[in-house]
Amino acid sequence: MNRTLKSTLALVAVGAMAVGTLSACGSSSSSSDSKGQVYYLNFKPEAADAWKAIAKEYTKETGVQVNVQTAASGTYEQKLKSEMSKSNAPTLFQVNGPVGLASWKDYTADMSNSAVYKDLINKDVALKNGNEVAGVPYVMETYGIIYNKSILNKYFKLSDAAVKSVEEINSFDKLKAVADGLQKHKSELGLDGAFTSAGFDSSSDWRFKTHLANLPLYYELKADGVTEQPKTVKGTYLPQFKNVFDMYLTDSTTPKTQISSKTADDATSEFATSKAALYQNGTWAWTDLQKAGMKASDIGMMPIYFGVDDANEGLATGSENYWCINKNASDADKKATEAFLKWMITNKKGQDALSTKMGFTTPFKSMSSIKSDNPLVQAAQKDQSSGKTQVSWNFTLMPSETWKNNLGSAMLEYAQGTGKWDSVKSAFVDGWAKEIQSAASAE
Amino acid sequence: MVTMIGKSIRRWWAVFALPTFAAFIIGFVAPFVIGIYLSFTKFTTITDARWVGFKNYRGVFSDPDFVHALIFTVAFTVVTTILINVLAFFVAYMFTRAMRGANLFRGVFFMPNLIGGIVLGYIWQLLLNGVLAHWGLSLTYKGIYGFWGLVILMCWQQIGYMMVIYIAGLQSLPSDVMEAAQVDGANARQTLFHVTIPLMMPSITVCTFLTVTNGFKLFDQNLALTNGAPSNSSEMLALNIYNTFYGRVGFEGVGQAKAVVFFIIVAVIAIIQNRLTTSKEVQA
Repeated sequence: MNRTLKSTLALVAVGAMAVGTLSACGSSSSSSDSKGQVYYLNFKPEAADAWKAIAKEYTKETGVQVNVQTAASGTYEQKLKSEMSKSNAPTLFQVNGPVGLASWKDYTADMSNSAVYKDLINKDVALKNGNEVAGVPYVMETYGIIYNKSILNKYFKLSDAAVKSVEEINSFDKLKAVADGLQKHKSELGLDGAFTSAGFDSSSDWRFKTHLANLPLYYELKADGVTEQPKTVKGTYLPQFKNVFDMYLTDSTTPKTQISSKTADDATSEFATSKAALYQNGTWAWTDLQKAGMKASDIGMMPIYFGVDDANEGLATGSENYWCINKNASDADKKATEAFLKWMITNKKGQDALSTKMGFTTPFKSMSSIKSDNPLVQAAQKDQSSGKTQVSWNFTLMPSETWKNNLGSAMLEYAQGTGKWDSVKSAFVDGWAKEIQSAASAE
Repeated sequence: MVTMIGKSIRRWWAVFALPTFAAFIIGFVAPFVIGIYLSFTKFTTITDARWVGFKNYRGVFSDPDFVHALIFTVAFTVVTTILINVLAFFVAYMFTRAMRGANLFRGVFFMPNLIGGIVLGYIWQLLLNGVLAHWGLSLTYKGIYGFWGLVILMCWQQIGYMMVIYIAGLQSLPSDVMEAAQVDGANARQTLFHVTIPLMMPSITVCTFLTVTNGFKLFDQNLALTNGAPSNSSEMLALNIYNTFYGRVGFEGVGQAKAVVFFIIVAVIAIIQNRLTTSKEVQA
């Protein structure tokens, strides 16, 4: 009898210990009360510190807990998937556009009554799921060809310069002439090449497989009057796409056979150390360029002249960062999340964090008067008021990551000489139909 | 009659066995069963799975990338299993002879094992790209470069580990048999091939099992070294599964189905390999 008692006790003790350790994992959220709490799964690692700081500030001011977690670069979907299946899931997360929304549409709450939606300057930029507002963009970004002013000015003084000022570069042909000229005189100008390396490492390949590939897509959809994701694409403007890509490859700092391993950091440092004069990237690049020692007065940005409608082509502006509120969160948490977002865009501290600390250009009325000290944002703002047509971000319609990856691989193989341009065409056109089909079959 | 130890075990087994058993259930059986279940569903997160039957499995073998990854992985496993075991055995054989600094060398050879796969992948990427740059090339120029890059990396990492197992085996060889071979006039070569290696079969079973399964399951190093580039031509099975899972909207189930197929392949091959090498084991 005594023995059985002892062993039972031992068992209970072991059980209790096990339960104790296990339950500790899930209890961190028990402090939430009627006030609700916010759990934001942040996408941008470069803004992680600023988010943490402002969350602390908000908690101090209002007493509402704000927990900010950041996924490591390129792992947002993974992290989101695992976090969303927990009982203490993010109340605020983000998707990258219509395709990203497709996988999360069962999780997005209607935001049409939220302050952030009502405060949008242009309500059309919000992401719709049927009649519901599923996502609100919080940062508008712009990309084009970033140039180094002082190097270009040196070039303009050369006797055989194709043009004499930046303003004269207003078409693909002129741009190409300048790039060829820079490449030809690279040793006199202290350059390694006109363009930075067209790196196809995963940190850099999106500049081509996504951002550059947006241009043929944009012009085709525009010409055909398509506004929603098409079932097929024709690749009408792929010849122009090839011209631009060829220019990046020939007038470059790097031999074509080595681009497969070049990273975004390589391109940034080539540009920042004046080894290259032209760099396809966007407003977000300023933080890194500034860190690398570039002066704001030294850089500007021009459109990626594509040879279709150069006179009217502006910079490419859009968003792929949409805030979404988790539908499955408790009502108190949802309310708390909306209140937090409202505070972010209306309170001085919140605004300062978004615009200065994180360097975002936001699409909100309440923040429209804030001036940016990012020269690339200034260039984008100037371009927007110039009357040119902004190239929209149609890459959010690209059917899947696989489509982009296959296109990127085909481009790389073509660049290296191990593949043909035909496979780029096929990745673009046939790949599109195939991806749409497999997405439909997965339904 | 029950011994003292037997009695204690009978009374206290639960204290020792149950926590481990619980951990085994939570950490191994549960994810495994859930994983198999998920391969028959369509899901975004594991809590919203919807049953779709065998649909996910249909896509697995019709995917050319999966078949390519399978061939690549098999080739890789064959090459690394042979190279690692031969070299590790050779190194172990060398270090069990009387040799100055043998212990130091054992330590040095073992050390690569202590470094994580991702870190190793990036280090070797830098090293190999640095070498290839002499010819204006890089590791991701062609799939075959990635293949040999991975082979070099794996050999470097695993030889030390296998060496330790072989050293343990070599040191526990019965000395009477070795002496008998010597007395009978066997030369070093004959001793090695007709006495040592047959007696070493248990170690060889363990080491080949480890290298075969490691080769099949390789993920970190593949991800860090080439990430499948170019055009998925250096993509191995585990990485292919990962890319399927995250590559397209709604393809989580297909990725999961691939993972189950992958498990079956690895299990079958590991069992066959184990049977083959175990049947060669002899008693001294």
